[in-house]
Amino acid sequence: MEDDAPVIYGLEFQARALTPQTAETDAIRFLVGTQSLKYDNQIHVIDFDDENNIINKNVLLHQAGEIWNISASPADKGVLATCYNKTADGKVVTCAAGVEDASGAGAGRGHESPETQRALHTPGAALSPGPPSAHGSTACVAWEPAGDGKRVISLADNHILLWDLQEGSSQAVLAGSASLEGKGQLKFTTGRWSPHHNCTQAATANDTAVRGWDTRTMSQIYCIESAHGQLVRDLDFNPNKQYYLASCGDDCRVKFWDTRNVTEPVKTLEEHSHWVWSVRYNHSHDQLVLTGSSDGRVVLSNMASISSEPFGHLVDDDDLSDQEERRPEEKSQEPPQDSVIATYEEHEDSVYAVDWSSADPWLFASLSYDGRLVINRVPRALKYHILL
Amino acid sequence: MAAAAVGRGPGSGPGDSPEGPEAEAPERRRKAHGMLKLYYGLSEVEAAGRPAGPDPLDPIDLNGAHFDPEVYLDKLRRECPLAQLMDSETDMVRQIRALDSDMQTLVYENYNKFISATDTIRKMKNDFRKMEDEMDRLATNMAVITDFSARISATLQDRHERITKLAGVHALLRKLQFLFELPSRLTKCVELGAYGQAVRYQGRARAVLQQYQHLPSFRAIQDDCQVITARLAQQLRQRFREGGSGAPEQAECVELLLALGEPAEELCEEFLAHGRGRLEEELRSLEAELGPSPPAPDVLEFTDRGGSGFVGVLCQVAAAYQELFAAQGPAGAEKLAAFARELGSRYFALVERRLAQEQGGSDNSLLVRALDRFHRRLRAPGALLAAAGLAEAATGIVERVARERLGQHLQALQSAFLGCLTDVRQALAAPRVAGKEGPGLAELLANVASSTLSHIKASLASVHLFTAKEVSFSNKPYFRGEFCSQGVRESLIVGFIRSMCQTAQNFCDSPGEKGGATPPALLLLLSRLCLDYETATISYILTLTDEQFLVQDQSPVTPVSTLCAEARETARRLLTHYVKVQGLVISQMLRKSVETRDWLSTLEPRNVRAVMKRVVEDTTAIDVQVGLLYEEGVRKAQSSDSSKRTFSVYSSSRQQGRYAPSYTPSAPMDTNLLSNIQKLFSERIDVFSPVEFNKVSVLTGIIKISLKTLLECVRLRTFGRFGLQQVQVDCHFLQLYLWRFVADEELVHLLLDEVVASAALRCPDPVPMEPSVVEVICERG
Repeated sequence: MEDDAPVIYGLEFQARALTPQTAETDAIRFLVGTQSLKYDNQIHVIDFDDENNIINKNVLLHQAGEIWNISASPADKGVLATCYNKTADGKVVTCAAGVEDASGAGAGRGHESPETQRALHTPGAALSPGPPSAHGSTACVAWEPAGDGKRVISLADNHILLWDLQEGSSQAVLAGSASLEGKGQLKFTTGRWSPHHNCTQAATANDTAVRGWDTRTMSQIYCIESAHGQLVRDLDFNPNKQYYLASCGDDCRVKFWDTRNVTEPVKTLEEHSHWVWSVRYNHSHDQLVLTGSSDGRVVLSNMASISSEPFGHLVDDDDLSDQEERRPEEKSQEPPQDSVIATYEEHEDSVYAVDWSSADPWLFASLSYDGRLVINRVPRALKYHILL
Repeated sequence: MAAAAVGRGPGSGPGDSPEGPEAEAPERRRKAHGMLKLYYGLSEVEAAGRPAGPDPLDPIDLNGAHFDPEVYLDKLRRECPLAQLMDSETDMVRQIRALDSDMQTLVYENYNKFISATDTIRKMKNDFRKMEDEMDRLATNMAVITDFSARISATLQDRHERITKLAGVHALLRKLQFLFELPSRLTKCVELGAYGQAVRYQGRARAVLQQYQHLPSFRAIQDDCQVITARLAQQLRQRFREGGSGAPEQAECVELLLALGEPAEELCEEFLAHGRGRLEEELRSLEAELGPSPPAPDVLEFTDRGGSGFVGVLCQVAAAYQELFAAQGPAGAEKLAAFARELGSRYFALVERRLAQEQGGSDNSLLVRALDRFHRRLRAPGALLAAAGLAEAATGIVERVARERLGQHLQALQSAFLGCLTDVRQALAAPRVAGKEGPGLAELLANVASSTLSHIKASLASVHLFTAKEVSFSNKPYFRGEFCSQGVRESLIVGFIRSMCQTAQNFCDSPGEKGGATPPALLLLLSRLCLDYETATISYILTLTDEQFLVQDQSPVTPVSTLCAEARETARRLLTHYVKVQGLVISQMLRKSVETRDWLSTLEPRNVRAVMKRVVEDTTAIDVQVGLLYEEGVRKAQSSDSSKRTFSVYSSSRQQGRYAPSYTPSAPMDTNLLSNIQKLFSERIDVFSPVEFNKVSVLTGIIKISLKTLLECVRLRTFGRFGLQQVQVDCHFLQLYLWRFVADEELVHLLLDEVVASAALRCPDPVPMEPSVVEVICERG
């Protein structure tokens, strides 16, 4: 089917950072940050024209350094945050900064420059104040999902820092922090902010553990010790079920947790043959789970058994009213089948990032280290199956 | 016959009158001949086959009864040529002559016989005349004797009649005397305790007394007798109730009472009540043996005691009852059956309690013998009292026990297997004393395999006792069918193999999370064990089972192939897990070494880093370990070269073609393009791919995992110039030593190339080291 064919876009540099432009709900737009030590790094703003299957790109220069992580503000299209490396004095320091850009033509702020390549408008607030030794390297920045884009957490070594952004995101004030104490060098690898509970919870991963934090008091609320056999690489919250959390890691597994009972995972997937670097729930249909791995594959799974959607939608049944009555038993009789929907093998290198579009729930992008960005759609048959 | 026919032929013309009776004789003779022929087995067919025989009415048959010479002659004249006529004429003449001479001979021979016969007749005539005179004399004498005899009997007639009358009177008087003496006799008998005699007397007199009771004297006797009989009955009952004197006497009492005409209904109740008392006593004593604090005798003794005590008494009671109350009909039998059922069930409850105590024990032969006794004992009452269902219940108990026993054997096997594994773990974990090697893996494997197998065999042997021919219940349908197929084969053997696989698989699942609590060597060993099971042991065990227990049941059983597939799958999973665990160990080492180093400010490499040596050492150790249990496996042919040559290929042409260009600071596209093009031609490397059952495949898996980790870690770091050079040195070192372990050395090349290429990309100032220097450093280190 022509419509289901993947669209591939190549970057010139290695790349690890990918995010949808969260605040944008009309256009399908992804931001990709590159990694190059020798040249100026770039942020590619990639617009995908769904009608014509055409990709339009805008390249912004990111001179600060190579980008390890990128995240877009949920409220303001023009604001994004990157974590980048600076090489100075023979040392590598990873910093994080909120930066403004002016990618969208309709964004209303920024330049209307005709060049495809231009510098970022304003370097925004630096999220690692003070000497680098104070907080160490920043691994990740997470925005408050539902707020006005004014609150951000960043993870630096063993610290979790909460920031308030002020004056158009140009200044950041440290609003709270907590740190992890323990034996050895503890280091956060990643973190997500939960969209539930009025945005008062966040989760972080360090080594094999996953921890939950209350952002009001900056205290730990739960901890999944040894969530994975090896390093945890990524986390995501189920957007519709408030206690559900997905994690993935170097043991090639994806695990689904109920944070109220952290002793056992609710479900475990083992579809990849190498480390799983990224896991993402679909924003609207949380049975669709996307994972990317360094075996070069992207796997789209249907986790119907633990999704928020009533399973009846997935059953072919002619008589709907009849089915309504039957649903309780039906659920107990034959639990919905979890299955792999598709495995995408367009990448030839490790896939470090995957994400869903914020505008079209049936569309997702994946990024491999060799700079290849692939945009794919959920198979049409499944889409209709879920919708109808 | 031809002689007879021809002899008559000339004498009697056609149409002669005497032909009729004479003609029948040959017919009859022929018939008799037919019978004889039949008798001697000459078949009719044979006779019919002869051309001359069959039709006696044929007028041209010379020997036939209806032979007509005219017709014959006509026929001859008409049909035969002259020569044949002449022939037949001479033939005929010859025959006639032969017949004539035969006749003459016959006449001469018989002549002498006629003469001697005439003499004999003449002599006989003389003798008879003498005999006639003597007979006359005899007749007169007899007449005289008859006369005398008549006279004697007439004289004795009178006396004879008197004697007869006297004899009749005498008998009557004796009877009367018996009647008059009866009361005293009865009393005496009662006093002496000869109850049987008394009852017999009473029985004899009863009818007479009944008949003549209208006469006052007899009436008195009858009354007396009745009084005494009542007393007798009372005494008998007393004796019966007192009991204790054994079943036969009891039975006698009851018999006598019945003879006295006591009501049978009541007696049979009482009889059963009494029997119940005795049986309950037996049960009590059995229960006491069970006791709360068991210094219980062994189970064999128990069932023996139960068998001889309870079952014996039950048999006696039942037999006596059936003998005594046979007249009671089905109602009585029903009563007895209910009685036996009730007590039997209590007995069974006790036996089951006792057997339950035995379940912990391990001596199967004792148990089987006990069950055998138990079952055998119950066959007698079972036959006696089919309605009570005792035999069925006993079989039921035996079956239950057998089933439980199977369950126990399964458990015992499982725990023995776990015990073996614990031993292995201990042996593996035991610190190696210097100079004294612990038992090798192969040896441990052999130990586990042999001890498991011997346990299985022991279990089979001990379960086999249940089906031994001499055991009384072995021919029950359960033991012939279901026990063998479902019980022994399915639940015991198949169940054990399954649980073994399950146990082994559990090692794959849980501990991987906690970072390999299971020693990898154990995984390897189990994997090999499962593989051995797949190839040989399973089919061996199942064949053994099928042979020992000739399975007659038609119910479906798990085929060998299914089990083998399961075992193979387990072996595969274990081995894959082993690869993962070992790969992880090396990965961790590599990761730590990459993560903890400051690659930007590192010094110019002088040595291969120690961790790489460690990696090679560990890989060699793993190689040795796997080599103990698994075969070598196949490599790609190209790897048969020495390391020297591969090295040169690697360092010169490969390096030039591969990542040298990426160091030249040309367009950044080139690097990507090159590596992409490179990838187009190389296959995708599946890092955690399933392994095959050989050493090379296992090590390939481990090395793949390790190198991929190295690649990913390198990509997360930034390198200075010397950092890159160090990576170069390290990779070359690995290349030098690792190729020999893998199936396809190209794979190691590819991965290591990619590591170096990635490191070059992650280096702001990539200046590679001279290949010759790299070589020198590696050779030195």
